[in-house]
Amino acid sequence: MGASAVNIVIGGEAGQGLVTVGEFLSRALVRAGYAIVVTQDYQSRIRGGHNTFAIRADSAPVVAPTEGIDLLVALSAETLDIHRSDLTDRALVLADAAHGLAGLPGLAVPYKELCPKPLYENMAALGVLGALLCLDPAWITGLIAEKFGRKGDEIVAANSQVFAAAMDWTIAQKAAFACLPPPEARGRRVMLHGNDAIALGGLAAGVDFCSFYPMTPGTSVIQTYIDHADRMGVVCEQAEDEIAAVIMAVGASYAGARPMVSTSGGGFALMVEGVSLSGMLETPVTIVVAQRPGPATGLPTRTEQADLDLVLSAGHGEFPRAIFAPGSVEQCFHLSYRAVDAAERFQSPVFILTDQFLADSFRDVAPFDLDSLPPVARPLTAVPDPAGYERYAVTGDGVSPRLIPGFCEATVVLDSDEHTPDGHITEDLGVRVTMQDKRMRKHDGLAKAALPPDVYGDPDNATLLTCWGSTLGAALEAAQALREKGEKAAVLHFSQVWPLTPDAFMPVLGQARRTVMVEGNFAGQLARLVRRETGYVFDGRVNRYDGLPFTAAYILERL
Amino acid sequence: MVTAQDYGEFETAWCPGCGNFSIRKAVVKALVELGLPPHKAVFSTGIGQAAKAPHYIRVNTLNGLHGRSLPAATGIRLANPELAVFAESGDGCSYGEGGNHFLAAIRRNVDITYIVHDNQVYGLTKGQASPTTPQGQQTKTQPHGAPSAAFNPVAVAVTMGASFVARGFAGEIDHLAGLIAAGARHPGFALIDVLQPCVSFNKVNTYAWYKERCYALGDDHDPTDFGAAMEKARQWGERIPIGILWKSDRPAFGAGAKAPLATREPDMGALREIIEGYA
Ligand SMILES: Cc1ncc(C[n+]2csc(CCOP(=O)(O)OP(=O)(O)O)c2C)c(N)n1
Ligand code: SF4
Ligand SMILES: [Mg+2]
Repeated sequence: MGASAVNIVIGGEAGQGLVTVGEFLSRALVRAGYAIVVTQDYQSRIRGGHNTFAIRADSAPVVAPTEGIDLLVALSAETLDIHRSDLTDRALVLADAAHGLAGLPGLAVPYKELCPKPLYENMAALGVLGALLCLDPAWITGLIAEKFGRKGDEIVAANSQVFAAAMDWTIAQKAAFACLPPPEARGRRVMLHGNDAIALGGLAAGVDFCSFYPMTPGTSVIQTYIDHADRMGVVCEQAEDEIAAVIMAVGASYAGARPMVSTSGGGFALMVEGVSLSGMLETPVTIVVAQRPGPATGLPTRTEQADLDLVLSAGHGEFPRAIFAPGSVEQCFHLSYRAVDAAERFQSPVFILTDQFLADSFRDVAPFDLDSLPPVARPLTAVPDPAGYERYAVTGDGVSPRLIPGFCEATVVLDSDEHTPDGHITEDLGVRVTMQDKRMRKHDGLAKAALPPDVYGDPDNATLLTCWGSTLGAALEAAQALREKGEKAAVLHFSQVWPLTPDAFMPVLGQARRTVMVEGNFAGQLARLVRRETGYVFDGRVNRYDGLPFTAAYILERL
Repeated sequence: MVTAQDYGEFETAWCPGCGNFSIRKAVVKALVELGLPPHKAVFSTGIGQAAKAPHYIRVNTLNGLHGRSLPAATGIRLANPELAVFAESGDGCSYGEGGNHFLAAIRRNVDITYIVHDNQVYGLTKGQASPTTPQGQQTKTQPHGAPSAAFNPVAVAVTMGASFVARGFAGEIDHLAGLIAAGARHPGFALIDVLQPCVSFNKVNTYAWYKERCYALGDDHDPTDFGAAMEKARQWGERIPIGILWKSDRPAFGAGAKAPLATREPDMGALREIIEGYA
């Protein structure tokens, strides 16, 4: 990493405020025009333990986390021991003078003297960081005023004073640390994490119903909806369990809502019957599965990409579905929008497969262009012949006119049993075949609409790093590193993992000299799926399942 | 004007003599009394013999999964406050597989009329014990008698402060229709547990058995008196009370949509401001 970039890690115990420091600094950096990638690593507890909030900031675009630490803010003594070996040559450690620097280069910050109360230590840490990075203090004092304004002028003044004193103290230390160079001009940016962007994409698509049962890292999608529910008119209800959450969504969808539910693997396991119900009733529902390591409760707050097989086959019987796998915060927004539309258009369950890393990863993004979004499919509130209306009319593409009950004289009948076109229970086996064929024809439409994987770089005779979901950034950076060493390298990224588009990607795989599937699981689930569907076997695989996100270094070491 | 003909005539898959036929009649009678045209009422059901009921009435229907009539009904209700929402299913579906949803629905007090066909047995799966099968009653799969104490749905509902709790009997169609209509008019969650003979699998709790025991609660029962309600909810054996056991004016669930979601479009101007707010 050049001096245009810095990797800042704030480490400490849960409850010490490291997320406050991290979010303040991240937002100040974004407002100042820098690019950021945040990685949050935390334990499943409310107090104690060891957590980190890492900000990789750059004056040029940045897409992935990295290992080496340039600035380590140690809010606990333990932080120094844990991250000692990750420090770069130019690294500085910022430790509490009361704990000392343990022989490491850095600044022993006299928090006690700088802060009238321990409560203000976060502001002191921000002052030290702001001074070292040569950040215009106005970016942070502005945030202090916004954040604490409600609590009164005195609180704002007290926080600002501690911040300014810490800046002054740091400048007086004359510590040798290169300032961040001025950022490249990129226009206005906002700071969002992946789950914020999924919720905002849903709101743009008209999502107006969220039934949920809390489970990390899926909950923050719902939290974002709840934050804007009153303004945007979203009905949010905490259900008694995940089964109820998904079935409520199906019921609401039948009545004309556009629902989104969000959970993680364990909660999704409970939702599986609802997925099958959505498939049979042909009632749209969009489901976010934010992956974390399993099996069972696994590592509740860490990351993994091991639920592709689960989501791909969830639900008894056969029915069409689509699975999106965003690789960036921008893709979280746009694929969420697309997922809601696909669910409505094909009257099927549609999934967004994300993970803890992307869910919690704040990035700088351009505000989304809402005017250029294509229209979202909508159901009907009236039909020409109410008396003859059939919810499951047999059609060429398998999509039947979906009427919402209550708006015209027709009655709308849905049945989870096999049913006749008018929705009533049947055991006529001929009808069964007709209806199953009709439902499965929607798969062809979903396949035609499916996004082919994106190709980054020239795959011809190259090492082709293939990946899906949040692994995109690390793969791009690894490919860049290979090219800098003189090796041809490119990336093939699947932002939709079902249905596959072999016609689009098989030629790309064929062009490459060496193909490597990089995915965050043990078994190589996408590699296996591609093999199942096409017979293609990747030349190599890189897998990670230690709960941490991929980095370029991790991939390069294993190629 | 709405008439019984509007609700149609259908061939059913029920056994001749089953209590479900009478419950169907009572439901139609109530819908007519309420003046509800078929397209303004929605029935959400689970799976079981009882759950097939809306296939035999012309009405909006979501016949979903075993145990899940209430969550689907809740979703419908929250998405469109202008529909009359009914949930209907058997005792196994409602109190066994769907037990957690039953408790949650009482707590939410969401405006749903819940009609439970309580035949004290799993009918569709051929006669296993259900949560309301009396302890010790023999079935094919419980040859030594149902080992657990029976669940008393009305007593649980009263204890939890449900806002409308009634017990009906399939053999008293007019009385039952009155309970269903009263439950539908009640703003909040209304439980109507219906004693339903199953001629194929429950040889103990027959029409004759119920006829001998059921008596309609009169004006001397005050359904707002908690003590009296609990006493009647627990009365079983020689004499079984039917009627409105308990009623309260607890406010109905308020967190749903105020107008049907189906006709709304997102406010893109507001969303643009929200996104800008993340700077
Ligand atoms: C998830 C699930 N488990 C089990 C079943 C099988 N099953 C169908 S109906 C039923 C019991 C029905 O009993 P009840 O709800 O009392 O209705 P009844 O048939 O007596 O009217 C069961 C266990 C099912 N359909 N789905
Ligand atoms: S099995 Fe019992 S409940 Fe089911 S239809 Fe026959 S008599 Fe009725
Ligand atoms: Mg039963």
